[in-house]
Amino acid sequence: MLQLRDVTVKVEGEVILKNINLVIPRGETHILLGPNGSGKTTLLKAIMGMGGAEVEGEILLDGQNIADLSVDERARLGMGIALQKSPAVPEISLQEILQITGEKHGTDEMEEKIESLNCGYLLERGLNENFSGGEMKRSELLQLLVQDPKVVLVDEPESGVDLDNIVIIGEALKRLLKSPREIEKKRAALVITHTGHIMDYLNADRGYVLVRGSITCAGNPRDLFEEVNQNGFEGCLECQITE
Amino acid sequence: MSNHGIEEKKSKLQNKARQALDKKAAYGSDLDLSSEVSTVEEAPLESLKNLDRRIREASLLAGMNTAEKERSGSYFQKGDSAIYARVQDAYEGKVEIMCIEDALQEYPWLWDYWWSMVPVDMDKYTAAVELWGKGGYFMRILPGARLDQPIQSCLLLDEAGASQRVHNIILAEEGSEAQIITGCTVSPEVKQGSHLGVSEFFIKKGAHLTFTMVHNWAEDFDVRARTGVKVEEDATFVNNYLLLKPVRSIQAYPRCVLEGDRSRSRFNTIVYGQENSELDLGSVIELNGQGTRGESISRALSTDGSRVMMRGRLKARSNDVQAHLECRGMLLSKESEMNAVPELWVEGAPQADLSHEAAVGPVSEEVVEYLMSRGFNKDEAVSVVVQGFMQAGIQGLPEALENLLRQTLSSMSEEAV
Ligand SMILES: Nc1ncnc2c1ncn2[C@@H]1O[C@H](COP(=O)(O)OP(=O)(O)OP(=O)(O)O)[C@@H](O)[C@H]1O
Ligand SMILES: [Mg+2]
Repeated sequence: MLQLRDVTVKVEGEVILKNINLVIPRGETHILLGPNGSGKTTLLKAIMGMGGAEVEGEILLDGQNIADLSVDERARLGMGIALQKSPAVPEISLQEILQITGEKHGTDEMEEKIESLNCGYLLERGLNENFSGGEMKRSELLQLLVQDPKVVLVDEPESGVDLDNIVIIGEALKRLLKSPREIEKKRAALVITHTGHIMDYLNADRGYVLVRGSITCAGNPRDLFEEVNQNGFEGCLECQITE
Repeated sequence: MSNHGIEEKKSKLQNKARQALDKKAAYGSDLDLSSEVSTVEEAPLESLKNLDRRIREASLLAGMNTAEKERSGSYFQKGDSAIYARVQDAYEGKVEIMCIEDALQEYPWLWDYWWSMVPVDMDKYTAAVELWGKGGYFMRILPGARLDQPIQSCLLLDEAGASQRVHNIILAEEGSEAQIITGCTVSPEVKQGSHLGVSEFFIKKGAHLTFTMVHNWAEDFDVRARTGVKVEEDATFVNNYLLLKPVRSIQAYPRCVLEGDRSRSRFNTIVYGQENSELDLGSVIELNGQGTRGESISRALSTDGSRVMMRGRLKARSNDVQAHLECRGMLLSKESEMNAVPELWVEGAPQADLSHEAAVGPVSEEVVEYLMSRGFNKDEAVSVVVQGFMQAGIQGLPEALENLLRQTLSSMSEEAV
């Protein structure tokens, strides 16, 4: 279970997120909606300990406060993230990072995972080096599949992805989020999205709307999505869906 | 060359050298050569296996295989003494390896090559090699010979405070093909001394030579290398250079002249500046012939208080030539310094196509954080980036050296973090 208690995030001295509270039980997928610049990426990175954010409040992973742990400590506890924009790392190939990540996290069926995300032809390339938008997203999800985390954080998996690849990405997400049968292995996921396409695959349990650094709405993800489509995000500032 | 001609050439060279003894080098810090001493004379060896264990280990780190497995021939020089020069039976008639004094005796024509690609009065170091030099190797790959195993050589210094001054000539005859792996190193006890090396290469028509040099020196060691390469028609010269150990100072700026049409050259350089090393390295490729191609790729890492200067110059004198220069440096400490100085010169060849890329910077924090999010700890993340960065500097490294490089890189990037 992932829980955020009164989380406030500052980046370079500026408050980007205020008093965020949320609970994602195991086996549930929650989605985060919000306009550009509202702080979605900052929130996801802060949960992972990335982006040089100063965090106040508690980030609880199965009850343990991880807010002061380093990024790699969080990863080893079972947190994983697929970034909206990942840096190019020409010094290491996709193959190498998959191999090392797989060794760390004891992954099997590597070939099959690579195949399922159609990344075979990218293996020898420098990681993210000149990857197209869709290739980047597929490789991020592949790395997450190999990492096999308990808490999955995914930032805009569908942006810049064509309709054929949405299917590939959607299926991978489905697999990532819902596969384990035993409850103790079930994952908690937080996915940022702007479109309905990916929602069809996610079967999300709950949604949040983030506007100017605050969660303004929470509720059924489809209802939230409809609401935003009709009235825009500003409507969420005073919307009634919130329980 | 006639005996008379040789005597005349000798005395001319010596005169020029004497006049250049105080001439400072164009680059690098100035060394005082007056206090240098020669080494004790050593007896020739029957087999490299008879070398002391510690010497065998030191030479191994410089790429030398003392069991001579998978090698076509070997040359070993300890201090001033050429103690071993041998061609494996299977390669008799394909390659000749001897110490330079013997070669000059045996082949009067060699005097025509002697000091033809490096001027004897270039500076005090070339002068010192001419006046006080001892040894160096002569390697000749005979016309049309294709060596499927590399030739190896090791120049080792085993006496503290001594100086080694060698003059090497490498002749790749027409249509030949070979690899040379050469290591310059010191035994573990030696921390101080100097090495002055002059090397002249002649790559004849259609020949292909890959020359890989590994430098393994010590903290108080100074090295000055002077190298000239002449490449004829359709011939290729590939130079790999690796420096992975601390040294006090090294300065080298080899010059490769692509004289023949369609000749090619590539320089790969991997250097690791550490402690207080002062490294001033680079290469000059002169593209004189039609359709010549040149490439120079350098990767440098600097840590501790090291200072690294990466030079590179491409000089085009003919149309229809293409060359590229790439210098990339990574800094791992606040105290280290790095400079990249790429130069492109075009002289009367408006169609020449020269380009360069230079980048110097730290290991990207964003990248390290990204790798950490996959479960790498910080040290592993930095080490992966550093290793990948350095490895990209050498492509097509002789197999024998690949493992050595990988080992050194992994231990060195552990030290680096
Ligand atoms: N390192 C930083 N320094 C200064 N401002 C930052 C930094 N990182 C993020 N911000 C600012 O914080 C705000 C939130 O950015 P964030 O990337 O979290 O938005 P987002 O909701 O993910 O937007 P998008 O939908 O465009 O991806 C933006 O105004 C952004 O400019
Ligand atoms: Mg974002």
